[in-house]
Amino acid sequence: MKNIQKLIKKINSVAAQIKRPVNIMEVCGTHTQVISRYGVREFLPENIRLLSGPGCPVCVTAQADIDAIVNLALAGIPVATYGDAIRVPGYFGSLEKARSLGAKVFPVYSVEEALELKVKYPDLVFFGIGFDTTAPMTAVALKKGLTVYSTHKLFLPAMDALLAMGELKIDGFLSPGHVSTIVGLKPYEHMKVAQVITGFEVEDVLVGLLMLLHQIKGSRRNVENEYARSVRKFGNPKARQIILEEFKIADGNWRGFGMIPGSGLEVKNPKLNAKIKYREILSKVDFSRSEKPTGCLCGEVIRGLIAPAECPMFGRVCTPENPYGPCMVSVEGSCNVEYRYAKNKK
Amino acid sequence: MCLAFPGKIIKIQNNQQATADFKGVRKEINISLVDGVKKGDYVIVHAGFAIQALSKKDAWEVLKEFEEKL
Repeated sequence: MKNIQKLIKKINSVAAQIKRPVNIMEVCGTHTQVISRYGVREFLPENIRLLSGPGCPVCVTAQADIDAIVNLALAGIPVATYGDAIRVPGYFGSLEKARSLGAKVFPVYSVEEALELKVKYPDLVFFGIGFDTTAPMTAVALKKGLTVYSTHKLFLPAMDALLAMGELKIDGFLSPGHVSTIVGLKPYEHMKVAQVITGFEVEDVLVGLLMLLHQIKGSRRNVENEYARSVRKFGNPKARQIILEEFKIADGNWRGFGMIPGSGLEVKNPKLNAKIKYREILSKVDFSRSEKPTGCLCGEVIRGLIAPAECPMFGRVCTPENPYGPCMVSVEGSCNVEYRYAKNKK
Repeated sequence: MCLAFPGKIIKIQNNQQATADFKGVRKEINISLVDGVKKGDYVIVHAGFAIQALSKKDAWEVLKEFEEKL
């Protein structure tokens, strides 16, 4: 605790020397959770603004993909996916809603549970969601014959997109610990921004912030690694290899961004690619209403343009019990985190 | 999706499956994505799979090295 207090003092002292407003984006949803749980914003000096980025996989899943998987479930195809994805509402409702109408929808903790379900439900489709960290597991399951609707995404192209869009001046990234555990340090080096790859304990986040502020103070733009106990220079080559064996890189559809070139992962094997296997069902779905839910500003929240509380629906009509958009659904979503944290503070 | 705390490998069944202890909770995990995992190693687990065996270098050690260079 004493060490943490010392660390906070150091952060404040470096921030004071910078003497201008600084925007730092934590791009990983788990960082968002740690920052809110420990109230990190409360003890940062005024000139340091922490923004949440596109690091919540459920949040960046495009409405069209939610609508597609809900329609497959409603057409009688059994669907398995990771917990939070079940509650994301689309134009045709959520997977949870489909289940209440009789569809077979199964929340799973890992692809191995999905493979077990496949024994009983041979037509089962796994709704694959997540970044470079989660795609390798789906690739393992593809090798074992699981059918997949892939919304998997490579994460770094979204950071490039944020920088290229220039809607927001980003002085530094707290870069994602587990994506980096897979991809290593090199793929970040071309980005012209200060960054520190950071772990998930509160001391990790504080040390990461301190290192980042030193970079910003010195006008340096390096890739530094706070999370050295997990992130190696070359990442996890075995995990990257299996991604490339089972997926081809395509354009990825992101909520809040639209298509980002080279960020999507599509299943190579047509027999296991649910988008091809169930083309007939999907071709009958009207996706013209799949843009985004009316009034939901999740896309703006994901790009760091507004804080959750700046959305007119936040906490009034949109709550974790009755979410209008994915940022309020996922436990890593900025709106959900902010809502729970603000409630605890009262 | 990212678990902050690592699991300790307490039993290795075969080159795919192992049992890990997460602060007293035991879970079966898949270790096929990490080479050379041994009993006693701490691993980062993501969606049921180990993605890296941890070294002992924690935040304080990184900070110490960082500040020495300042």
